[in-house]
Amino acid sequence: MAKKQAVAFNLNGKQVDVLVEPRELLIHTLREKLAHTGPHIGCETSHCGACTVDLDGMSVKSCTVLTVQCEGAKVLTIEGMEQGGALHALQEGFHQEHGLQCGYCTPGMITRAYRLLQENPDPTEEEIRYWMAGNLCRCTGYQNIVKAVQYAAKKLAAKAA
Amino acid sequence: MIPREFEYHAPSSIPDALGLLKKFGEGAKLLAGGHSLLPMMKMRFAAPEHLIDLGRIAELRGIREDKGTIVLGAMTTENEIIWSKLLQDKCPLLVEGARLISDPQVRYKGTIGGDISHGDPANDHPALMLALGASFVLRGASGERTVPAEGFFHGLYDTELKPGEIMTAIRIPVPAAGTGYCYAKLKRKTGDFATAAAAVLLRMKGDTVQEASIALTNVGPTALKAKAAEAALKGKALGDTTIEEAAKLAMGICEPTADQRGDAQYKTAMAGEMTRRALRTARTRAAS
Amino acid sequence: MTDLLERENKLQGMGVSRLRKEDARFIRGKGTYVDDIKMPGMLFGAIVRSPFAHARIKSIGKEKALKVPGVVAVLTADDLKPVKLHWMPTLGGDVQAVLADKKVCFQYQEVAMVLATDRYAAADGVDAVEVEYEELPAIVDPHKSMAKDAPVIREDIADKDEVGHGKRTHPNHIFTWDAGDKAGTDAVFANAAVTVREEILNPRVHPCPLETCGCVASFDKVTGQLTVYLTSQAPHLVRTVVAMLSGIPESKIRMVGGDIGGGFGNKVPVYPGYVVAIVASIVTGVPIKWIESRIENISTTGFARDYHGVGELAADKDGRIKALRFTALADHGAFNSHVSATKFPAGLFSICTGSYDIPKAYCRVDAVYTNKAPGGVAYRCSLRVTEAVYLIERMIDVLAQKLNIDKAEIRRRNFVKKEQFPYATAFGWTLDSGNYHAALDKVLKAVDYEGLRREQAERRKKGELMGIGISTFTEIVGAGPNKVCDILGISLFDSCDIRVNPTGSAIARLGTMTQGQGHMTTYAQIIATELGLSSDEIQIEEGDTDKAPYGAGTWGSRSTPVGGAAAAMAARKIRAKAQKIAAHLLEVGEGDLEWEVDRFKVKGNPGKFKTMKDIALAAHTSNIPDGMEKGLDASEYYDPPNMTFPFGAYVCVVDIDKYTGETRVRRFYALDDCGTRINPMIIEGQIHGGLTEAFAVAMGQQVPFDEAGNHLGNSLMDYFLPTSAETPHWETDHTVTPSPHHPIGAKGVAESPHVGGIPCFTNAVVDAFAHLGVTHLTMPHTAYRVWQTCNALGINKR
Repeated sequence: MAKKQAVAFNLNGKQVDVLVEPRELLIHTLREKLAHTGPHIGCETSHCGACTVDLDGMSVKSCTVLTVQCEGAKVLTIEGMEQGGALHALQEGFHQEHGLQCGYCTPGMITRAYRLLQENPDPTEEEIRYWMAGNLCRCTGYQNIVKAVQYAAKKLAAKAA
Repeated sequence: MIPREFEYHAPSSIPDALGLLKKFGEGAKLLAGGHSLLPMMKMRFAAPEHLIDLGRIAELRGIREDKGTIVLGAMTTENEIIWSKLLQDKCPLLVEGARLISDPQVRYKGTIGGDISHGDPANDHPALMLALGASFVLRGASGERTVPAEGFFHGLYDTELKPGEIMTAIRIPVPAAGTGYCYAKLKRKTGDFATAAAAVLLRMKGDTVQEASIALTNVGPTALKAKAAEAALKGKALGDTTIEEAAKLAMGICEPTADQRGDAQYKTAMAGEMTRRALRTARTRAAS
Repeated sequence: MTDLLERENKLQGMGVSRLRKEDARFIRGKGTYVDDIKMPGMLFGAIVRSPFAHARIKSIGKEKALKVPGVVAVLTADDLKPVKLHWMPTLGGDVQAVLADKKVCFQYQEVAMVLATDRYAAADGVDAVEVEYEELPAIVDPHKSMAKDAPVIREDIADKDEVGHGKRTHPNHIFTWDAGDKAGTDAVFANAAVTVREEILNPRVHPCPLETCGCVASFDKVTGQLTVYLTSQAPHLVRTVVAMLSGIPESKIRMVGGDIGGGFGNKVPVYPGYVVAIVASIVTGVPIKWIESRIENISTTGFARDYHGVGELAADKDGRIKALRFTALADHGAFNSHVSATKFPAGLFSICTGSYDIPKAYCRVDAVYTNKAPGGVAYRCSLRVTEAVYLIERMIDVLAQKLNIDKAEIRRRNFVKKEQFPYATAFGWTLDSGNYHAALDKVLKAVDYEGLRREQAERRKKGELMGIGISTFTEIVGAGPNKVCDILGISLFDSCDIRVNPTGSAIARLGTMTQGQGHMTTYAQIIATELGLSSDEIQIEEGDTDKAPYGAGTWGSRSTPVGGAAAAMAARKIRAKAQKIAAHLLEVGEGDLEWEVDRFKVKGNPGKFKTMKDIALAAHTSNIPDGMEKGLDASEYYDPPNMTFPFGAYVCVVDIDKYTGETRVRRFYALDDCGTRINPMIIEGQIHGGLTEAFAVAMGQQVPFDEAGNHLGNSLMDYFLPTSAETPHWETDHTVTPSPHHPIGAKGVAESPHVGGIPCFTNAVVDAFAHLGVTHLTMPHTAYRVWQTCNALGINKR
């Protein structure tokens, strides 16, 4: 067995330490060693996006990142979206606009939309569809997800104003 | 879903990376963005004993202009390309191409250097590089060399990159102001490789083509430069007839592999169609 | 007045687009899906699968695998034989290999399970198991299954002349089922003014929910209790099957369906992985987790369709259909494993007369085995209704084209008229209610149909391909009337158990099983309106078989028709009792009271009333009529008197690029009638989702094989799941035609968009080529396939 490595990183604002084989995927470390089962596994070919987390300011598929690559990184998952008991505008938006049904794609969707809005605070529908195309959903047909992101964009803009 | 075991190394300098490459030889693979290599390892189609992660080498990042040449660190990500003001301004073909690669998450990690050196004819950058007349800086234990994109791609997973070498930078001559451009890519869905794609640069003088650059994706064992098509356009007026001739000449060099995307006839026809569309769009973007 | 409105608003009951109660945990990533479950001592199971579609197993070597660090055991068929679990009964009346014994019959079939301390070691263990195979010729084309010299796939049942559904005529034959009046139908065809015939394929596709299948099985050696957390749309049925299989008393088996990441029929069958995990837990005494990969999911779990149909219509010269004759060759794969009511092995295929008044009809399905994964009924199909509706909606367009009658007009001429309901079809179904003309007219007006046809004519002159697809479908859901609907003998009733507590909130448990349909909210809304309590204060539970009353689960859009009915009826039992208590409290006769929103009022004396909350408290005190039992509970086991028949009218406009073959969906307008609408927001969400899956099926999905039975596209690299970028924008509309036999007039809706959507897309694509003589095109309408049509027609020459 390959020697395990100690990896320390920041997860949703808290410092965490894990001991992992080099081949351990970040999604497995999050779900099984760190009890963060929000990000989900929907495929093994890096297509579905259910495992999306925010890593050092980027939306990444945590099934295609090795935990050993995350030394010193800043990781945000769905569990970190709610701050001080207040839902993030995106969480509110998904609820208000019925942007989820079975909920399986939702953590990845919200986490991805978070970074999308950081980079593009006022996206058109077309832009939302283009920039969210790395997250698959089988239940909603995406239409209400677009509305959820638009809701959040509006709310965040109002807050910033 | 689970790769085989391997040792992981994260050098912080190019000499360190080269040292590791030398030490582990064939048992080592370079890890760039990881979105070609890791999926292969998860399916156990690849099982290197050592992974050398280039992600911590600062020297491999950055986009700058150096006297009429754009220089991109090999570890520049697709997302960085898309958002680069310099590239949007001076090399929009590359930006358009990057936007058509894979999906948003993959683009945060996928690198131009990884895309090029993987040697996969389905990847998009090779044709873009051929069209742009780019060259690649390769560094090995014995020193550095710069090789042109043309001649770099030998076959499936087979490039000019020698064992023990790392691609460190991509050098692109800044296209002349007013150069028309287009990357036309036909694909089944987001995240899919091209059924066929054409990268085109067009310099016009009035309605006459001064220079045309045409390269094709995923219709041969490597990206293909459509030289005969380019030559047929040079000095001619760009119209239906000449565009048609160029498309036919581009189709003439295709040798696509039949797969779920289509048979050889379809893929070849699509290479022609993408060439036509890329030429027409490039024309609208070109200054006369 | 405003007070009344305020009280109604407080209920957030029927008809309100109230936000969902279940969202709170999902938006925080706090759902509990099967792979989220962790139990002390839990081992991970991974399956070794056959690389061949048809082969004998010569040997299985475990030694190398057992040496892999972390691997605890390797189970094969031999390990299951002592407990007679190497084979299991299927929900289709067949038997299926749990772990292959002596031979494998489809690529990726389960051969062994490796148990290890974690999934990484399990993966290494799977790699190290050495299996020796002797390849056999494989049957991939169902047309070859019944050839005289065809290789025998199912040697295990070679001596059985029937497998649950009548006589078999060949070792690879499963059943032949037919319905209708063959002689009468043939006679009409023989004398018809016009006949049309078309071969129509529903290719093999896969439901592919975002969460794959899996379970955590935990057998407690001390108590003898088996608990299984699993992705099942029908936990009670699975519990009964497992009791029959394992010999463990059903009272000591607990199935828990928790949060499920999408079902779409994929999570109804009992999969070998569940059974091996259960056995492994019994044998090792620790919990066993088995979670399949996406490739395993697409390759081995219940696929959908693979129906090779022939559609024929006989009509007069005005396009009035006089007879229908539909047959299908059904490729079930290597085992008949999909859910099948005993009397309906081909599901509800006989709904194929559709929305039309067709006097004579006959249909027949011949089912065969091939060397492919088992399945057939799945994917929002309402039990072969996708196949049936596809056939009739395609054939009516074929007839329209033959007679040069407008495709909307021909439907109008053939629709069952409003006054004919309830309408008995030629196959004996009684369509409960409908108004097809109104639905179609509304849709055609909304999209300016005449304008679209004029535009199409203009574009055709310019050589452009524009298509207008219409689909006017009738669905059949809500399985089902217990006299005719059962699975392995268990009737398809469903149940609801409501308990109102003293402080006036309630908990209701049902035998259905949500996988995203919003039951926590919609059932609460039904009960809220019936009981006059806020849906915020009505807890809904499903899925834990220790708590929930017995039911057949959620599939075939049956929750609202059967579970919703049970909820309403149970609530009405409570209200009836509450009325007695109210009369007692108010010292009046029951007949002196009237119900208003949330209370019983004394007629003519509105100041005298008791709210349901008042009554709930009283029910737990001595302040109730003499001889009455305490409490305010009721349960209902509902046997639906009929299926329900939601319907719809869809229009799709496409523009096809003849040079690439790409189809752009310009517009899709969907009008659905599901009777009484419980939560319009949730209905709309279901329509969006069902249409998106229909789009995927029609335009890109297939599960292709080569001649040796090897998969050619079984990962998400190739299997078409549309992203937000590919998915069209959906416009939704509705009419309301309540079901006369349902307690709240509701019909169910979630599968309608899929059933009605798929033919709409195909009709649009074919319509784009209709002026060039094309009568039918086989799905999926990928750019490649459509381009081949353009190329063959010679219309894309440059």
